[in-house]
Amino acid sequence: MQEGLTIGLSHYLSVAAILFTLGVLGIFLNRKNVIIILMSIELMLLAVNINLVAFSSFLNNLQGQVFALMVLTVAAGEAAIGLAIVVTYFRNRGSIAVEDINMMKG
Amino acid sequence: MLTALFFYLFASLTVISGFMVVFVKNPVHAVLFLILAFFNVAGLFLLLGAEFLALTLLIVYVGAVAVLFLFVVMMLDVDFAELKSGFLNYLPAGLFVGGILLAEIIMVSGAWILNPALSTLEKVKEIDPTVTNTENFGKVLYTDHLYYFEAAGIVLLIAMVGAIVLTLRQRDGVRRQDIATQVGRQPKDAMEIKKVETGQGI
Repeated sequence: MQEGLTIGLSHYLSVAAILFTLGVLGIFLNRKNVIIILMSIELMLLAVNINLVAFSSFLNNLQGQVFALMVLTVAAGEAAIGLAIVVTYFRNRGSIAVEDINMMKG
Repeated sequence: MLTALFFYLFASLTVISGFMVVFVKNPVHAVLFLILAFFNVAGLFLLLGAEFLALTLLIVYVGAVAVLFLFVVMMLDVDFAELKSGFLNYLPAGLFVGGILLAEIIMVSGAWILNPALSTLEKVKEIDPTVTNTENFGKVLYTDHLYYFEAAGIVLLIAMVGAIVLTLRQRDGVRRQDIATQVGRQPKDAMEIKKVETGQGI
């Protein structure tokens, strides 16, 4: 019981692992809806951020937090570009079903 | 004790809301659960002592990314029920891959031990407990990792330009204000003075 009450690194790593798996599962299950896929990617990046910050905190080293900030930046940019592509695609085709997106096939 | 309590609260809420993001039917609800997940992860960051990142996470994710998602979900007139079909077809494969992935990650992170030599390794900068996290973070970010910081700025700039280029369009048949024509108008083009006789119209 006592060891459940002291929160160690592995606790945070487990939370991040579960969150990452949920993100992967989301991509698998919502194969048709590109917006949910983008949200799942955000969940996965969030899990990575938890890992980085947990290591940074438990190793007493700030480098992990700097990396987490980089991941945050890339996630924001990715969301903006991804949603812009979705909006443009919807304007052209009137749907966002992923399996219709094969126009770029050579 | 209190830390453990809050950890389990935030962790369980994070996992539950992550689960709901994937499994809920209505995408608007999915975005709202995503926001809940962000809030709880910010709580976890606070427990880890990363206050600056916790608040940045709230500002960037909840303030910008999640609202963007909400806009797009509400703006696009998509039949989301149709997109949800086939959910059950993918469920076995998804659970299979997800289960294996989770087991592997848990095994790796469970069997993980810190190399004792790592503690003697020279660190970039130790966390100074006498000043706040933001000050510590700033000292590292603006000195040792300055180029990363600049690169992050460039990434955001490119993302902004890219999003504008992708969504900007010139529509035909729209009466748009043309300031140059407005300013270049002369009085003699716009009006003429007529002498009106008394008692007569024009």
